[in-house]
Amino acid sequence: MPNLEQIRERYNDARALCKKRIIVCAGTGCIANGSLKVFEAIKNAIALSGMEVTVSLKSEDPKEHKHHDVYMIGSGCQGFCQVGPLVMIEPNGIMYGHVKPSDAEEIVSRSVAKDEVIERLLYQDPLTGKGYKGPEEIPFYTKQSRTGLKDCGNVDPQNINEYIAHGGYFAARDAFTKYSPEELCKLYQDSGLRGRGGGGFSTGMKWNFARIAEGEKKYVVCNGDEGDPGAFMDRSILEGNPHSVIEGMLIAARAVGADEGYVYVRMEYPLACSRIRKAIKVANEMGILGDDVFGSGQSFHIQVMEGAGAFVCGEETALLSSIEGKRGMPNPKPPFPAQKGLFGKPTVINNVETLALVPIVMQKGPENYRKIGTVKSPGTKTFALTGHVANTGLIEVPFGTTIREIVFEIGGGVLDKDGKINNDAFKAVQIGGPSGGCLTREHLDLPLDFDSLGSIGAMVGSGGMVVMNDSTCMVETARYFMTFTQHESCGKCVPCREGTRQMLEMLEDITKGEATEATLELLEETGRTVKLTSLCGLGKSAPNPVLSTLRYFRDEYEAHVKAKYCPTKNCKALTPISIDPEICVGCTLCKRVCPVGAISGEVKKPHKIDPMICIKCGACISACKFKAIS
Amino acid sequence: MSTQNSAAHSFNKVMEIIDRYERSETKIIPILQAVQEEYRYLPQEVLTFIATSLGVSPARLYGVATFYSHFSLEPKGKHILKMCDGTACHVRGSSAVIDAIRKRLSLTDKKITTDDMMYTFETVSCLGACGLAPVLVVDDEVHGQITPEEAMAILDKIDAEEKENA
Repeated sequence: MPNLEQIRERYNDARALCKKRIIVCAGTGCIANGSLKVFEAIKNAIALSGMEVTVSLKSEDPKEHKHHDVYMIGSGCQGFCQVGPLVMIEPNGIMYGHVKPSDAEEIVSRSVAKDEVIERLLYQDPLTGKGYKGPEEIPFYTKQSRTGLKDCGNVDPQNINEYIAHGGYFAARDAFTKYSPEELCKLYQDSGLRGRGGGGFSTGMKWNFARIAEGEKKYVVCNGDEGDPGAFMDRSILEGNPHSVIEGMLIAARAVGADEGYVYVRMEYPLACSRIRKAIKVANEMGILGDDVFGSGQSFHIQVMEGAGAFVCGEETALLSSIEGKRGMPNPKPPFPAQKGLFGKPTVINNVETLALVPIVMQKGPENYRKIGTVKSPGTKTFALTGHVANTGLIEVPFGTTIREIVFEIGGGVLDKDGKINNDAFKAVQIGGPSGGCLTREHLDLPLDFDSLGSIGAMVGSGGMVVMNDSTCMVETARYFMTFTQHESCGKCVPCREGTRQMLEMLEDITKGEATEATLELLEETGRTVKLTSLCGLGKSAPNPVLSTLRYFRDEYEAHVKAKYCPTKNCKALTPISIDPEICVGCTLCKRVCPVGAISGEVKKPHKIDPMICIKCGACISACKFKAIS
Repeated sequence: MSTQNSAAHSFNKVMEIIDRYERSETKIIPILQAVQEEYRYLPQEVLTFIATSLGVSPARLYGVATFYSHFSLEPKGKHILKMCDGTACHVRGSSAVIDAIRKRLSLTDKKITTDDMMYTFETVSCLGACGLAPVLVVDDEVHGQITPEEAMAILDKIDAEEKENA
């Protein structure tokens, strides 16, 4: 059994011999921006300057402990992807953004050898130009409360000792040595922890169902099939702190009595797959996973399964079919996976973020955990903040935070169609991806939690949060989501297979100007039917974006069907006919041929078409002798 | 499907993959992934071979292979471009990049591989790099905040390299 205290102590001793620590973000986003090259450049620059640098801290054996000027790690996602590649320097608390390999020398000579701050590399407020030194000052971070993400971007995901030194695996050891499975289920029920994958079901209750289910063989499955476009917290956690997921799975395994686990990860996330595989291997070698977990006599082994590109596999029963080597189609519930899941055995399925929070709940204790967030939704939630917002990235806030705080404070404001910060350009926030709904200006001060969002026809879902400015067409957005769900519908049940297709065709008609008001009625009715009658969560939630935009942006739909006009000019077929005032001579011919009186103007002055009246018959276009109308 | 390659298919590698997964029916997906990694697509005769080896019907295997979008029954081009059309990329203008690439390569949403087998262009729903939207992945290298002009520059560069090596 690994001696966690000793590992922690030795790691801390070894760390104390390092003068500085440099953390280069090596999450998918920063790597795409060239962070690995930055890592190498800084490492080389340190070596050239005559300082001593290590990239793998040997801590196990005190005899190997030695002095290093700099200890460098590549971390997982630090959340502020837009400013990447990110470089942190400790203990000074400096964070540099948009770092290029050519900056390495200056960083080393000024901020590593000395303690100077390089102003030009600091994050600057896009409005005021004020530079901020690091996460302790940058508003993007100070307004958050990072708990699940705290170590993500701060620990070396490939170094288990560092995870242990940060308190890792102590909760799992307690679970196996101090608690009975029943007590564990109760502890998590008391904590109020709810599943972060979408549904928000009580984690402790789910475990308890699996615990009391009869059977020798039970499974714990980690759902990392994060398919919702616009969400990437699960990827970031698997890349940045894979051991927290393993620890969560261990605690779940203890609570239900499982001896085998699966981590199901999307194949679109190659880095997440390799990091979790490596972490499992190391945990096995150290004896944390294996045949006798923490001397309890219980064994627990984890396998990784890569998905093969099917969104529906994020649905738990479909995911289980996929692990069994079948087409990933969902099955009716009940029986619930907790009773009859993988290979017919009781199975607990938790999402990545939930599992990463499990050790934290135990560290804090259920009472303290309940103090964060709202009464019915305790704790924090990670959101992927993207779209038309100044600061995009991964954020974590307590439940109960408002959209206003998230978009305008953490997000730094809305970007208008010219890419400038202009909060008046705010139109909506689409939350929960293709299963969620939109929040409008009237919801800016709504405290976000599972129940408040449900009550207005949206959902927390996976936590994708896409900000949209006033140049976004909501009908086109609904059509976009429906294209996605229709494409991903597995075809098993009729309401989803046929209903989403019909809904998509109606939405296409609307964006092409071929629909009438009756289409809106039919669209709404079809949406309600699909929602009520589909087999799984995909179909049940697929109409949400449509129903929610119909509810809050009905005038926009009506403009499309009545006036055949797209107010944001996104729908090409519905861009209004207009008269070029430079060419128009004011002959009044068009005004006279217009059958609906949409054209106005005085003689010899440029005329205008009122798009709300225009029926786009084209009579004016053919009548105009000066080709001024198009 | 072309049969010209079939003679060249040596099934040794496939055998090795099937054995690695203990000839287990539940491992069909990892087996197909490994085979596709090897051949870059799933040739029909290889699918039939795997089905026979696992003792399942070819239909069962075909069912799995066609269900998941990662599996391809058609050969893919030498260079694979994947444009993310997830929500964040979509609202930040991925459509314009998609249109530009399709136009340049004379491809559509149905025809995804160029006739000279040089390029395959696919759209994917989300690559999880939403902070960098819109995102284009060229041969596994991620390019963030891409514009149609930058996409054309990337293709120019590949074309130039191909010409040099030709």
